[in-house]
Amino acid sequence: MEKDTKAFQRVYTKLFQLTKATVSLKASGIGNEELAIVDGRLAQVVKIMGDIVTLQVFAGTEGIATDAEVIFTGKAPTLKVGEDLAGRFFNAYGEPIDGGQIMGEEREIGGPSVNPVRRKQPSEFIATGIAGIDLNNALVTGQKIPFFADPDQPYNQVMAMVALRAEADKIILGGVGLTNDDYLYFKQVFDDAGALDRIVGFINTTENPPVERLLVPDMALAAAEYYAAEKNQKVLVLLTDLTLYADALSIVSNRMDQIPSKDSMPGSLYSDLARLYEKAVQFPDGGSITIIAVTSLSSGDITHAIPDNTGYITEGQLFLRKDSDIGKVIVDPFRSLSRLKQLVIGKKTREDHPQVMNAAVRLYADAANAKTKLENGFDLTDYDERTLEFAKAYSEKLLAIDVNIEVDQMLETAYELFSKNFSPVEVGLKKEFVDQYWKKDE
Amino acid sequence: MSSIGKVTGIIANLVIVETDDRVAQNEICFIKHDNTRLMAEVIKIMGQKVYVQVFESTRGLKVGSEVEFAGHMLEVTLGPGLLSKNFDGLQNDLDKMEGVFLKRGEYTEPLDKDKEFEFTPIVKEGGSVIAGDWLGEVKENWIGHKIMVPFVFKDEYTVKSITKEGTYKIHDTMAVLTDKDGKEHKVTMVQKWPVKVPVRAFKEKPRPFKVLETGVRVFDTLNPIAEGGTGFIPGPFGSGKTVLQHALSKQAEADLVIIAACGERANEVVEIFTEFPELEDPRTGRALMERTTIIANTSNMPVAAREASVYTAMTLAEYYRTMGLKVLLLADSTSRWAQALREMSNRMEELPGPDGFPMDLPAIISNFYSRAGYVYLNNGETGSITFIGTVSPAGGNLKEPVTESTKKAARCFYALSQQRADSKRYPAIDPIESYSKYLEYPEIIEYLNKNNGENWVSNVLYVKDVLLRSKESYEQINILGDDGVPLEYHITFWKGEVVDFAISQQDAFDKIDSSTDFKRQRYMLEKIIDVLKADFKFNSFEEVNPYFKKLINQFKQMNYSEFDSDKFKNNEKELEVIIKERKVA
Repeated sequence: MEKDTKAFQRVYTKLFQLTKATVSLKASGIGNEELAIVDGRLAQVVKIMGDIVTLQVFAGTEGIATDAEVIFTGKAPTLKVGEDLAGRFFNAYGEPIDGGQIMGEEREIGGPSVNPVRRKQPSEFIATGIAGIDLNNALVTGQKIPFFADPDQPYNQVMAMVALRAEADKIILGGVGLTNDDYLYFKQVFDDAGALDRIVGFINTTENPPVERLLVPDMALAAAEYYAAEKNQKVLVLLTDLTLYADALSIVSNRMDQIPSKDSMPGSLYSDLARLYEKAVQFPDGGSITIIAVTSLSSGDITHAIPDNTGYITEGQLFLRKDSDIGKVIVDPFRSLSRLKQLVIGKKTREDHPQVMNAAVRLYADAANAKTKLENGFDLTDYDERTLEFAKAYSEKLLAIDVNIEVDQMLETAYELFSKNFSPVEVGLKKEFVDQYWKKDE
Repeated sequence: MSSIGKVTGIIANLVIVETDDRVAQNEICFIKHDNTRLMAEVIKIMGQKVYVQVFESTRGLKVGSEVEFAGHMLEVTLGPGLLSKNFDGLQNDLDKMEGVFLKRGEYTEPLDKDKEFEFTPIVKEGGSVIAGDWLGEVKENWIGHKIMVPFVFKDEYTVKSITKEGTYKIHDTMAVLTDKDGKEHKVTMVQKWPVKVPVRAFKEKPRPFKVLETGVRVFDTLNPIAEGGTGFIPGPFGSGKTVLQHALSKQAEADLVIIAACGERANEVVEIFTEFPELEDPRTGRALMERTTIIANTSNMPVAAREASVYTAMTLAEYYRTMGLKVLLLADSTSRWAQALREMSNRMEELPGPDGFPMDLPAIISNFYSRAGYVYLNNGETGSITFIGTVSPAGGNLKEPVTESTKKAARCFYALSQQRADSKRYPAIDPIESYSKYLEYPEIIEYLNKNNGENWVSNVLYVKDVLLRSKESYEQINILGDDGVPLEYHITFWKGEVVDFAISQQDAFDKIDSSTDFKRQRYMLEKIIDVLKADFKFNSFEEVNPYFKKLINQFKQMNYSEFDSDKFKNNEKELEVIIKERKVA
């Protein structure tokens, strides 16, 4: 029954167990995580017990018969990397969607981690022009940060905008369960911006089988490592939507009869997500991988296992919110956070940046309290009224995602809003900054 | 002849090995794969089937691979040269590894075998010694690193010979000891110890009776941690656990700091690598890195080694404690370690406890915390391990197994609050929820009052009471409205805010405010108490808010100025003026 076709390749034709996602057969000499082709579909070894090998079939097992042909390839999943990748779009297996061939070297995906002592501390500011990000939640190369957003929010649009303004050498798009419409949207936007030659896409749309999605982030990150580690380029990786990635993980673990932990997610969810996000790195030779991801939420619930585990892994998170006062989508200053901002604000940007940022957010919080008071039918003090005034202008001129200005201009705008509504004592900045930057009455 | 076996099953990093030979629970083994050897630990034995957890990726591993058992449990190498090193969870020296990426199966020596140390003998020939006794001393950075009778030595030994003063390498023989049967044992500067077994080479472990100064006011003033005490910091993501841990590791008044970065972000470890060599230890004037050792098992490093990393860190701490040093051990985060236990228990198809965690999780956690403590050594000297762990509760909900188990084991509880973090009140430790059991210890009360003034503890309790009343007033104001409550409620609320802004909140990124010693904390506490106990005159509630804001601003300016400097004194004068404006004489 066993015959050798090529070196390393061995063919079997007797499956004795089939589930929706896995097949099991007797085979020998098989390596863990090795790839195989089952009835023409890609599959990977997930368990070996004696001479029984269990394979996870990415496209599902519909229609596979017990005498289906199983060819073991003798290797883990790989991607061909080379300069050829740029400007192309690939499926989850790393095959060009538009057909044709890719010349390049074959690399295993999901490879080893960077030795922490060889990493450099991220220190390069990524300017996006969006004040809700640059002023309050500055991004840094080598950072990993997701958008936490409900499905109705325009996260893909904001992400595309950030990607195009970020001055990255390469933008790698990992579409995980992307709708076909969104896929075409990304393609269009990058094309319109004349940036297609800087883009590499790995796309799994909702039309493709869900388990295939598990390969997309690893493919995207393998390409990113090639450009960042070998070509010393600044690479920005966009992963949307990793909630669907986690859902695919739970499907597989369920089929493998594993005991689920919180929210039916596998107990290894934290490690599985960390393995991806930790590929974000600043290399010593100048290359970097920055990851901006999307974790879609179900009605804003961040206590669900997926956003919760993500939050513990990533270096902050960005929240979008529709502000009904101004009728625009803003970057929520309360819930958003960039953990690495301290590395650049006040250092790569003006020295008063941290204090201005904090003061504005604090006043915005006072406005939120005033609003609660108003809703509960209490009278507002003069201070309350002024904070509300400030909050509206702050939202409009700084937090809205359609803002596109330089950081210095953001700071100037903040001082304008401060001086219009408050005294320096109420704002509580260090005296040196007040003396230097506070807007005097004209 | 060591035991051998063959791989018969592989599920992720759980591997099943068949052997006819002798194996022990928790024994280390090496699986041959291509040209490497993958390290693994025995976690279950069922007849001839041995379940091992592999500390590396098992990609490509095949059934039939040879396995060699090492004959010992996971152990660390102890000797001079551990300080300032960056280890992984298995004590491999990360700096000795080649290349940017970690290579599977690459293990490096934790110590430098050719490095020379200046040795000075302590014992005399003919003296009798037991495990943990000091034989001599070498200089490691600035500390006197004691060369001890290996912890594995049982009973009493007689010193047959001791090497004389001079320069030696770590594997040179420093002493020869004779056991009671007359057998001779050579002792070098290096010894080994299994990480999961507590080091017990001390005379006794009393209740902690001193306070460890951390420079963080919400610790020292409000919820002090004892030297040799235990504490934990649970908090949702984004509430500032890491910033707080870094602040503790920079400022705490310890001889050395061991940080176990367990399953956390690599960039956080990089921050320590990058900043600590540049930062100065205010007490010794030396680079902070000289007193710091890092055990890094970041979240993308092999999961099984996470568990090992906290034990490795604890064992290093115990080793230095036995030299009579004051060690601070930080573990971030113990939840990741618990999750690693869960992953493995899941793969072994054990019946799960709450949230899928193994049933013995509470026992494992309390057992680990119990290894901290203040000790009297056999020679009368003292040493201590103060242990602070962080916990990352799922969904920020403190009613989850890891938080609950830890709460039973640790004596200090520093609850980070999302609400405080959202309103940028850092450190976001909830001053009301948090507690230090040590404040109830008579020996700690005595210690604090002796060092910080006789009214210190009663003042601290008074301040805590003000915070509680302030919160109650705040709730009433929210329910009844600003003008629906007596004026007094507003004043009570704002007095609590003074405590919050002037004591609880502290700017970790400001050079001066980030660290406050006890002398300054005492000075400021007395100032604040004066304000809290004073009566202020207001005509309407609208006057209360701006007045206290002004007062708070002035306290903050004081916190930002160097203690006793002209700037500080000027700010203090201004504060006095503001107080006088409204104070009823």
